[in-house]
Amino acid sequence: MEHVVIIGNGISGVTTARHVRKMSDKKITIISDETDYFFSRTALMYVYMGHMPFENTQPYENWFWKKNRIDLVKNRVEKIDSTNKKLLLKDGSEMSYDKLVLATGSSPNKFGWKGQELDGVSGMYSKQDLDTIEKYTKNIQRAVIVGGGLIGIELAEMLLSRNIPVTFLVREMNFWGNVLPKEESQIIANHIREHHVDLRLNTELKEIVSDENGRVKAIITTKNETIDCQFVGLTAGVSPNIGFIQDSEIECNRGILINRHLETNIPDVYAIGDCAEQENAIGRRRPIEQVWYTGRMMGETVAQTICGNRTEYKPGHWFNSAKFFDIEYQTYGWVTSRIQEDELDYYWEAPCGKKAIHVVFDKNNREFVGINTFGIRLRHEMFDRWLNEKRSVEHVLEYLKDANFDPEFYKQHEEEIIEGFNKKFGTNIQTKRKSWKRIFTTF
Amino acid sequence: MKIIKHIGLGIFIIGLLIFTSLIFVGKYELTENTFDSFVKSKGLKSELFINDIQNNVVGKEYSNPFALSSDITSALENANKTYKKEQKWDKVIWDSPHELSYNLMKPSAKGLVVENQGLFFFLTFGLGIIGALMFIIPDVVLLGPAGIKNDGIYHNKSTNRGWIGWITAVYLVTFYIILYFFADYIVNLIYLVNPISKALSGNGASQWFLYGFLYCTVMTVMAVRMFIKYRHNKYQIIRTASVLFFQIGFAFLIPEILVRFNMPYFDFKNAWPLDYDFFFDWNIKSLINSGTLGIFMLVWGTIFSIIIIPIFVYFYGKRWYCSWVCGCGGLAETLGDPYRQLSDKSVKSWKIERYLIHAVLVFAIIMTAVTLYTFFSGVDSFFGIKTYEIQKVYGFLIGSIFAGVIGTGFYPVMGNRVWCRFGCPLAAYMGIVQRFKSRFRITTNGGQCISCGNCSTYCEQGIDVRSYAQKGQNIVRASCVGCGVCSAVCPRGVLKLENGPEEGRIQENPTLLGNDIDLMKMLKDK
Ligand SMILES: Cc1cc2nc3c(=O)[nH]c(=O)nc-3n(C[C@H](O)[C@H](O)[C@H](O)COP(=O)(O)OP(=O)(O)OC[C@H]3O[C@@H](n4cnc5c(N)ncnc54)[C@H](O)[C@@H]3O)c2cc1C
Ligand code: SF4
Repeated sequence: MEHVVIIGNGISGVTTARHVRKMSDKKITIISDETDYFFSRTALMYVYMGHMPFENTQPYENWFWKKNRIDLVKNRVEKIDSTNKKLLLKDGSEMSYDKLVLATGSSPNKFGWKGQELDGVSGMYSKQDLDTIEKYTKNIQRAVIVGGGLIGIELAEMLLSRNIPVTFLVREMNFWGNVLPKEESQIIANHIREHHVDLRLNTELKEIVSDENGRVKAIITTKNETIDCQFVGLTAGVSPNIGFIQDSEIECNRGILINRHLETNIPDVYAIGDCAEQENAIGRRRPIEQVWYTGRMMGETVAQTICGNRTEYKPGHWFNSAKFFDIEYQTYGWVTSRIQEDELDYYWEAPCGKKAIHVVFDKNNREFVGINTFGIRLRHEMFDRWLNEKRSVEHVLEYLKDANFDPEFYKQHEEEIIEGFNKKFGTNIQTKRKSWKRIFTTF
Repeated sequence: MKIIKHIGLGIFIIGLLIFTSLIFVGKYELTENTFDSFVKSKGLKSELFINDIQNNVVGKEYSNPFALSSDITSALENANKTYKKEQKWDKVIWDSPHELSYNLMKPSAKGLVVENQGLFFFLTFGLGIIGALMFIIPDVVLLGPAGIKNDGIYHNKSTNRGWIGWITAVYLVTFYIILYFFADYIVNLIYLVNPISKALSGNGASQWFLYGFLYCTVMTVMAVRMFIKYRHNKYQIIRTASVLFFQIGFAFLIPEILVRFNMPYFDFKNAWPLDYDFFFDWNIKSLINSGTLGIFMLVWGTIFSIIIIPIFVYFYGKRWYCSWVCGCGGLAETLGDPYRQLSDKSVKSWKIERYLIHAVLVFAIIMTAVTLYTFFSGVDSFFGIKTYEIQKVYGFLIGSIFAGVIGTGFYPVMGNRVWCRFGCPLAAYMGIVQRFKSRFRITTNGGQCISCGNCSTYCEQGIDVRSYAQKGQNIVRASCVGCGVCSAVCPRGVLKLENGPEEGRIQENPTLLGNDIDLMKMLKDK
């Protein structure tokens, strides 16, 4: 029986295992030293905040693995010998494989700051990080978070839930400014401040200062300000976990290099999820995509290949979502921080300042390109379809009500949104009433 | 603000302690007059009992309810024992001992509470309400900007099945047992609401009036909490207002007012088989004997249960009843909301749920069938099942123990829908309709799920919502009461409660959006 070994029990590795099991009878082993069972990394914050016990972050009950004959090995892979198809594990044992899937995820960036290894300094990625944060945030007066991405804001929310004052250092001039257009950054920055976070844009970390016991007592910013704090969260992005791979035959750049079939340069070795890097970026996507969904999609794809159906990784239209404190965010298609030259955009914001929509379309043929939405939920399926059908922005707005996904009785804003659009572009779009028939005529 | 909250909690606890301690204060004395008129009105023939009470109880002052209750009930039991031995059946008193003792003790109570009903109403209900509101209302500020605020739920000993939760459970269970089976102990508490009952129906309060009043009070106060907690979520606000309206209007006020006008006590929104005694002969007879309105009630109750309920479930799912109208659901969604996360999500408990709830449904149907058979044929048993016995067993096991003692008493340890999930026959019946013939579903939004587990955690019915959402599958489950909280807590906007066309509602082979269409098709075909 062919032995499929997967390194990493995150969403990418586990999705692979599940789909291989669905399609075949192969022997499947997942190796990871982080936790006994697969858990949802995205839910770590809720454990700290007391919304959920840790067990609830595990999407499958513990009997699931045995029942599906997926062997779980809690260990660390130290070396890959791809010539003999063997792995060397931390406890000294060896394991041989026929097919190897690298799904090792990533780790928080540390840019060589002075003091970055002190007690009370932590990233926010793994279960171990969570335990560290739990340990070092008891009875403290202030925490500093470095790096303004999605994980940074989650960490801020976590700390605030325990009434710990937070200073938030963000390198960019605008919050999450490499992804969000200015208007949206502004909404989020306002909202962060509404939650009493001391948000400092355009500020970087220079150094972390230790007390006599090797624990953080303050930080110094690049503006030479000293901020007293007892905890520092490092959330300035993540990088692929490839340390143990670098001295193997497998080719790496920042991540493990793969082609469109998710294959590395070595036969029978694949890489997926956070740790993988596309040789050539796909469309407007980044070569390394560190999101839940792409990890899952690569897992679905590589499972096909492993089961004899060599499949190219063809992610559909880009989508993503997040939540910034109380404001939900979804995006479909492309809305970039700086609107491209051949594109036009339309931005609408509700008077309350907590709901907004940003639509981008092609200047020349008016094809709909993408949408950002804040505080309004949208139906993924509709946008996927409109993007597939290359619909015009007028079409999308006309039928926008079909795509509303807010709970029943919520205030709807389509009329105002479209009125604003008509005003700006001199169009005369009329909204169509929501139609079940349209929503359900699918592929 | 925090200080107000803490003071509120203190005041609430004082109110609760006074409420509880009132059981032990005051005096009881059964007078000659009271006893004589009681014997006469009941037509008691048990000389042994009458003599025993007259010699040993009448005119004696008791300083707590337990001694008096014990004297009365043992007199009753001794007398009955003798008569049964001698086979003098007409002299046996068939009333349940504590019910009989309650009827004697209610007019016998005197002293502090009975003489100061208004004052003690304030010291119990008043302080409880003021304290609870002081505890709840500061949240408008303390919770910060509107949004999902579940911080600390699993750190709090009252909501994480910790010791406070267990104490609460023991208190509630004890309360229910006393309420259902030992009402004679809480005569003092019943006097607290006596003036209100008199004002409404013209009659003095019974333990059921006390319960009804308490129920409405608790629901109202805890609804305020819901309004604050979910002030950003219109679905939750409207739904909470709706259950509150139906509880106070339909379950509490209308029946009391009907009684005032000499009409049968009737809750127009209650439905068989939750209302299990609707087809009992005494109910049918009393309705038939109450003129046109009574007949209308009988017809309405029947049509409501058998036609209106399933039609509405077809259009809106069972949520229209369970989390918009029902009293049990109303309490669960207000008082029970802090405990919703404690329902067990395992596949095993789902299995137990299916066996149990459908067994209760079958039991209710058989009992009703036997009852109706007796009603129409006059024969008091059916295939050896004694009508009276089966009614009694159902009433005790399901009506009292399951629905009350376990159903509500266990909120703090098993979640707030124990009864609705494992026991309610009406829920079982509507669930079957919802699962197989309904327009209601919870739609999963393409591929947006991040498997975080908030939805499953906060599902009061123990549905593992995530297991559907992360597959991209709509949630169509018999037990879903459509409270909408999974959708509210989902941080990625994945879930939406919808009534739409039946076609495509149940997806046998769901796919997650995101990947290339061909691959998705392939995954679907597998
Ligand atoms: C706090 C947080 C919130 C997030 N929120 C979102 C979100 O809302 N939406 C979103 O799209 N994405 C989110 N992400 C990103 C998302 O979680 C990741 O993209 C995803 O988990 C990556 O999955 P993976 O399977 O590729 O890797 P991982 O989940 O990182 O799994 C890799 C596993 O491999 C193990 N491993 C590594 N090396 C070895 C070795 N040598 N031997 C044995 N085991 C090894 C690691 O310990 C780890 O357990 C979030 C991430 C974090 C940290
Ligand atoms: S709460 Fe939302 S994102 Fe989280 S598991 Fe449920 S459906 Fe998925």
